[in-house]
Amino acid sequence: MDWRRFSFIGLIIVILFGVVVLIGGEQVSPLIIISSMLATTITVATPLTLGALSGIFCERAGVVNIGIEGMMLAAAFFGWLASIYMNTIFEFNAAISLTVGVVMAIVSGGIFALLHAWLSIAFKVDQIIGGTVINILAVGITGFLNRQLFFEKGSIFGGNVPHAPGLLPSLSKSLTFLCGGEQGCFGLPDLISGSVFDQKPVAISAIVLVAVSHYVLFNTRWGLRTRAVGEHPKAADTVGINVNRMRYINVVIGGMFAGLAGAYFTLESVPSFEPLMTNGRGFISLAAMIFGNWTPFGAWAAALVFGASQALQINLQFFRESIPPNWAFLQQSYVVGLAPYILTMLILTGIIGKTTPPAADGQPYEK
Amino acid sequence: MSEKKIVLDARGITKQFPGVLANDLVDFDLREGEVHALLGENGAGKSTLMNVLYGLYKADSGEVKVNGENLILSSPRDAIYKGIGMVHQHFMLVPVFSVTENIMLGAETDHRATPNESPLVKLDRKEVAQKVKSLSQQYGLEVEPAAIVGDLPVGVQQRVEIVKALYRNANILILDEPTAVLTPQEADDLFRIVHELTTRGVSIVFITHKLKEVLAIADRITVMRGGKVVGTTTPQETDEHQLAAMMVGRDVILTVEKEVAHPADDVLLVEKLRVRDVRDIETVRGVSFTVRAGEILGIAGVQGNGQTELAEALTGLRRIEGGTIQLAEKNLTGKTPRIFTESGLAHIPEDRQRHGLVLGYTVADNMVLCDYYKAPFGVNGVLQQKALDENSRRLIQEYDVRTPSPYVSAGKLSGGNQQKVIVARELSRANVKLVVANQPTRGLDVGSIEYIHKEIIAMRDRGVAVLLISAELDEVMALSDRIAVMYHGEIVTTVDAKSVTREQLGLWMAGSKVQQPAA
Ligand SMILES: Nc1ncnc2c1ncn2[C@@H]1O[C@H](COP(=O)(O)OP(=O)(O)OP(=O)(O)O)[C@@H](O)[C@H]1O
Ligand SMILES: [Mg+2]
Repeated sequence: MDWRRFSFIGLIIVILFGVVVLIGGEQVSPLIIISSMLATTITVATPLTLGALSGIFCERAGVVNIGIEGMMLAAAFFGWLASIYMNTIFEFNAAISLTVGVVMAIVSGGIFALLHAWLSIAFKVDQIIGGTVINILAVGITGFLNRQLFFEKGSIFGGNVPHAPGLLPSLSKSLTFLCGGEQGCFGLPDLISGSVFDQKPVAISAIVLVAVSHYVLFNTRWGLRTRAVGEHPKAADTVGINVNRMRYINVVIGGMFAGLAGAYFTLESVPSFEPLMTNGRGFISLAAMIFGNWTPFGAWAAALVFGASQALQINLQFFRESIPPNWAFLQQSYVVGLAPYILTMLILTGIIGKTTPPAADGQPYEK
Repeated sequence: MSEKKIVLDARGITKQFPGVLANDLVDFDLREGEVHALLGENGAGKSTLMNVLYGLYKADSGEVKVNGENLILSSPRDAIYKGIGMVHQHFMLVPVFSVTENIMLGAETDHRATPNESPLVKLDRKEVAQKVKSLSQQYGLEVEPAAIVGDLPVGVQQRVEIVKALYRNANILILDEPTAVLTPQEADDLFRIVHELTTRGVSIVFITHKLKEVLAIADRITVMRGGKVVGTTTPQETDEHQLAAMMVGRDVILTVEKEVAHPADDVLLVEKLRVRDVRDIETVRGVSFTVRAGEILGIAGVQGNGQTELAEALTGLRRIEGGTIQLAEKNLTGKTPRIFTESGLAHIPEDRQRHGLVLGYTVADNMVLCDYYKAPFGVNGVLQQKALDENSRRLIQEYDVRTPSPYVSAGKLSGGNQQKVIVARELSRANVKLVVANQPTRGLDVGSIEYIHKEIIAMRDRGVAVLLISAELDEVMALSDRIAVMYHGEIVTTVDAKSVTREQLGLWMAGSKVQQPAA
């Protein structure tokens, strides 16, 4: 793949990490800083990675999807709702409730995507408008149901939010177990295995799905046909490929990725739902997708950059006292808080060369 | 000789598009191992008929039999499964895919498009590449399996399309205007391949507008007009004139008639022009020439010797590396296409779908692509629909564009009619001083060629300078007053069109040194 893109990303991440090591290195050992930042980076990149994969499947098949934000939000809500229902009303244990929650999140992402596919394929609605519809719809539905179910007096939960069944567990225990004992993983010191690999199921599956998506897109029949449909649908049609069917299925697959990203918010990160909690992550995912030139690994790398800038923000707050006076501007939390968004803009202005979308991206197919 | 068996038999095919009856009860059959040529005007319904036989379009009525067996065609898959392959008029290849990927697409694991395996089967590019290699050796169709299709010249892309069909074991091959985009050398190559295929029992439908070709390679000839079959004949029973008359419904003058030119002042002055192509290779290497008002300068040359880049540079579409371009005493070096157009340039581009039209726009809009912002079409930034309407109706009539209305999108017209929209727009504009015509009659039927040739000569006689670039040596010789021969990015000589022979031109085009000083 494109080594310039990847070395550029590597450089940015090194700079971001370097800043924190320079500032906090005297108080805490650099190794600890780096490993904890790595852990944060991976965690924060999770919904972005999944969102970017969602975009890749849709757009590689020729359907522009700016509704990822909305799909994530809806999935976050419905997944969370399902887990509470299972836990509070049907009194299942936390593990089952959470699993059902994740499944529900994936399904609701898929359903919203199906709506998007239907609008753009069957009715040839402009896909930007279709995606906007999804976003508005998701905000409306989740906000409304959230109020109705939890904050209305006569509602099913009687006006107060019940306890969530908790969060998905970290997998580090089982990982350490797999590596064979207390002595740390792969010969690495315990603190690294304890923090970097201290990840939860959605985060781990995001990484696995990057590799799986790459394999599917570039090494299987499905992938070849998907890309053909997004590049030159008529050519695909002339060799007997059902263009619209391919598009429907890929958009729904994409929606399910967005759904899993939604599960991250309410079932893995924090045990609660708030209106608008996806906070633009869906759109940053699209930036990651573009920056990664519509490839899973490229998009993952871009998502990691956003994750790293987030890690910078968190760590700078921690080391606030030791920021040297001539770097005082870094004490301003809004300066660092803006970092991910400034990076998005820099990256999107095509700092390192141009990216090429699939040729038929966004165009409905007509014979 | 006994009659060969009929492999493909279509009866009563009818296909209605909004506003056009493209096929009207068409009967067509194909015998084993023959080349059956299909002729007809632009918009006669040839491509439509073939797309129906290939399962891409669904006919409104009619039936298709393959080897005597009734066939229900609901997708190209059904046709492919019965051994029908098609090379489309506008190629159906994914430019960013490799040759191998394009060939295996839709038939990834077995040679036909069967859906019965898991969609997640692993692609075996190596094995397919191997098969492609052996097919290409077997039939003399040279293709490089690992090459990216978008980088290949059209002639090679066409070979990829043919290999793609053979890979699916096609024994009925439909070639829709295969020679329109080929150089004469590539066309000869194709005829050899066609012959090779027929000796191996492949039956071929061959669509073309070039009557000489038809007479040379067809076993039978069917002519269509206005969606109907006019008749079927053989090369032995007919000749060019009769075929032309059958196609167009009137007598066509196949030779170009023109008076002596009266050239005046220099209109286009090109000096030491150097241009690089997309791969950053210098393909125009220090070219100097002039075109005078009232003359036609033809550029002869084997395609790929810099003509494409020359035309793009002369129309402001490609950045130049060095030299100057002067049009009507204005220095246009490094200026934008808009300024070229405003200085009196009309341009008929080589690739009609990429540079000539906005396929999604209506015919009426496409006809004002250069002038939409000027009166009478645009007044204070507002399009004047009435002026657009009148303009398009007039041009459609004059240039005989076959379209149900000015308001269908250009992409829905037949290939030749798309070309006519461009020619009509460019030649009809006000204040044209120079016409750069690159393959102006590509894909046109004989009747339209006759009309456009007349129009180009009429422009010349009105004092317009014309630069004609064409892969058809016959066209260059018939129209031009002077001929410049381009070889390897340079103009090797410029001669008087009347005093040169075809053979001599051919030699120069192939790179042999010029002996005597030229006119
Ligand atoms: N997809 C389409 N939608 C609407 N009309 C169409 C479509 N395809 C073709 N037509 C119309 O059907 C008629 C026949 O077109 P067709 O492409 O079969 O002509 P053709 O004989 O192949 O001409 P050419 O020599 O110019 O390629 C034309 O009038 C064209 O405008
Ligand atoms: Mg045609």
